[in-house]
Amino acid sequence: MEFFKIRSDIPFMRHALAFNIVSLITFLLAVFFLATKGLNFSIEFTGGTVMEVSYENTADVDKIRKALDSRGYNDYSVQNFGSSHDALIRMPLKPGQATADLSRTVMEALTAEDRTATLRRVEFVGPQVGSELAWNGALALLITAIGIVIYLALRFEWKFGIAAIIANLHDVVIILGFFALFQWEFSLPVLAAVLAVLGYSVNESVVIADRIRENFRKMRKASVTEIIDSAITRTISRTIITHGCTQTMVSSMLVFGGPALHYFALALTIGICFGIYSSVLVMAPLVRWLGVRREDLVKPIKEKKEEAVV
Amino acid sequence: MNRYSLWVYVTIAVALLLGALYTLPNFFGEAPAVQVSAARATLKADTAVLARVEDALKQAGIQPTGIFLDLAGVKVRLADTDTQLKAKDVVDRALNPDAANPAYTVALNLLPNSPRWLGAIARPMYLGLDLRGGVHFLLQVDMRAAIAKRAESLAGDIRTQLRDRNVRHIGITREGNNIVVRFRDAETRDKARAVIADQDPDLQLSDSASGGDLLLVGAIRPEAQKRTQEFALKQNIQTLHNRIKELGVAEPVIQQQGADRVVVELPGVQDTAKAKEILGRTATLEVRMVDMDNMNAGALAAARAGQVPFGDEFYVERDGAPILVRKQVVLTGDRLTDAQPGFDSQTHEPAVHLTLDATGTRIFKEVTRENVGKRMAILLIEKGKGEVVTAPVIRTEIGGGRVQISGRMTSVEATDVALLLRAGALAAPMEIIEERTVGPSLGADNIKKGFDSTIYGFAALSLFIIVYYVLFGAFSVLALCANLLLLIGLLSALQATLTLPGIAAIALTLGMAIDANVLINERVREELRGGATPQAAIHAGYERAFGTILDSNVTTMIAGLALLIFGSGPVRGFAVVHCLGILTSIFSSVVVSRSMVNLVYGARKRLERVSIGNTAWK
Repeated sequence: MEFFKIRSDIPFMRHALAFNIVSLITFLLAVFFLATKGLNFSIEFTGGTVMEVSYENTADVDKIRKALDSRGYNDYSVQNFGSSHDALIRMPLKPGQATADLSRTVMEALTAEDRTATLRRVEFVGPQVGSELAWNGALALLITAIGIVIYLALRFEWKFGIAAIIANLHDVVIILGFFALFQWEFSLPVLAAVLAVLGYSVNESVVIADRIRENFRKMRKASVTEIIDSAITRTISRTIITHGCTQTMVSSMLVFGGPALHYFALALTIGICFGIYSSVLVMAPLVRWLGVRREDLVKPIKEKKEEAVV
Repeated sequence: MNRYSLWVYVTIAVALLLGALYTLPNFFGEAPAVQVSAARATLKADTAVLARVEDALKQAGIQPTGIFLDLAGVKVRLADTDTQLKAKDVVDRALNPDAANPAYTVALNLLPNSPRWLGAIARPMYLGLDLRGGVHFLLQVDMRAAIAKRAESLAGDIRTQLRDRNVRHIGITREGNNIVVRFRDAETRDKARAVIADQDPDLQLSDSASGGDLLLVGAIRPEAQKRTQEFALKQNIQTLHNRIKELGVAEPVIQQQGADRVVVELPGVQDTAKAKEILGRTATLEVRMVDMDNMNAGALAAARAGQVPFGDEFYVERDGAPILVRKQVVLTGDRLTDAQPGFDSQTHEPAVHLTLDATGTRIFKEVTRENVGKRMAILLIEKGKGEVVTAPVIRTEIGGGRVQISGRMTSVEATDVALLLRAGALAAPMEIIEERTVGPSLGADNIKKGFDSTIYGFAALSLFIIVYYVLFGAFSVLALCANLLLLIGLLSALQATLTLPGIAAIALTLGMAIDANVLINERVREELRGGATPQAAIHAGYERAFGTILDSNVTTMIAGLALLIFGSGPVRGFAVVHCLGILTSIFSSVVVSRSMVNLVYGARKRLERVSIGNTAWK
């Protein structure tokens, strides 16, 4: 079987401006939503208590609300979680509250209402931890970005490092934009997914950069545009098949993984879809505009050495 | 050109064999078990206990599938969870006749179900709390309180020291972490400075004045503060260990995290309220005098029957001897600054060396001077209940604040007693800053969901790859299987904790690892299309793709390492698997798949075509 029977190079670079405008608009939209709506941080970052309660019959959210109201709780949120039998209760952090007892008193209130209520999970995060996590997350993102730029600069050329990281950080911003737009919960696993996507879509840029370098060596007469077009065309089948395979795995997580893996898989899905676009159609034009030349990648002295070996 | 030398095949075979060996225990699963360990540090679960457990089970007609002794205690493997619960009750009743004061902890546990020979080599992956259910606490030690406590005790020391030397001050107060001593004239202050500088090297002294008074301000030196904090953390961890023993948790995790935090993980515990109560409890050490007037057979027998003389309390020593102890407390554990196991310098008997603070030293000196020849008892009071740790005879007056407890002790016991004395109380208050409880049903659900998503995703991916790349696709899928085998083997061998994000990372690693094989296969096709002979195409495909594979894995690894370093909790579980997965995938997708290709195609001289799907469209 063969999906891609592309006989001649597709002139991607001719439309480079259009691609970049599309990505710029998506990027600006993402920034806009991030700025106006902000991320819906999970309690891991904000601090607070989350309880997952399971009922034998359907979990009646209104009943739970009534039970909590009668105990004088306010400022909480209740929603069905995963199945209709489970409910998720979120409570914010309150100064001076004995958090250790919170889950117990809440459960007492709930079991008084319905005997079948069982506690599936409690998560309590104090204020000290939350801000630290957010800071560490940001730091991890920064270190990853710097690390990748340095590696690509060493392995290829600084222009590739800069272009790849711009292309891929733009993916990260777009994922975050989606989470802001739909107010999906941004939790620690989502952060892990974002960083994994960053590492993964840089793969894409690496594959193309490798091809560009190879083409510079092989296609001595070709212009930079032709070289980039050829590199993208030659790798497009690999790009799509790889991403398809990874997405198969991620879709399986989305379908079978249950609520605990839902947003993790969702972040990966967005990242993989935009990763194809950005690393191919954003990174390559950026490299061209940064003015990549044959001499940047094919060092004349090195070539002589290679010939001597051959 | 496409041949591997024998040693490459041997290396691959060995790697896969090891992977399979370490993966194997995961298939056998875990059997319900009962674990018996000593509830007090002064007891040991040994062969005698093993025999008692065996007897008790035999009498109750319970047939264990295995019973053995290891470092953690006596472990009994049972056929099913019903017998497990029954066995737990039987063993508990046999070993702890006094339910209010248990000598041994009988806990439910899971033991690997693999055959003995395998169990000796490998263990199944360690499941995280989100998969097996349990409680996770993150506790923060209040270091300011620890320092304040230290300052308070130093202030007490200075008061005693100045009184001993007849240095007249007009007041000692603690202000924050500083100790302020007031004087009327400079001469006395100089005298006091000399005394304090000599006795308390932890203090940085400076002069100051307020109103008409002259002040001497002692600040705790930074290195002494650090030492105090480290000591407080260590002691709190020790205390937590002792308390958790009582909860009957089979494999608790109690670890330091950062400079002032402690992680406590209690797998299988559902009763968080009780866990919290036990973690937050305080225990104290008390030194009291033994009532020598009533230590005769008649009085002891009467006391045992419930007629305790006025002002006394009745206890039973560790060796079973009855003892009457006065209610009046001579010293409390607050006065103890350290307890270390060691040996008596003259008799070379095992001993415990105690260090008291200045006030404690003074009291101890007076009490021992007045009571030579009598016995004193050291008690550990927990939950309002006391236990006589030891009750030695006072041979001479003991000054200098260094006390030695010796006699009738093995070196193991000395270590235990020192630990008990040190760990009796929390050095500083702790606060729960993070709590995570996962019910057992949710844990089982999580395993199933994680497993399902991996299996179905893997199946769909394999099907596609085989259809698309035919035989090369099959090689790629086999390489991916090898990757999974090596990854799980590695995780089991390292005993890394597997969490739900960890399972997600396994799935994701497989999804990403296929990239390398797609790169190779596409490259081989391209070479074939370009007119290369099959052998040359295979060779060039692997060689050219390798650089790209390495580069792309390095960048993925950078992200993985950043997650590992900065991540905590669920993220770390993801990062560990992710990073290990990258390592195994480079090996399997390049070396293992190539070995299969070489094995099938490498030896053929005249290779007409390779089975990699249709390439003849040019």
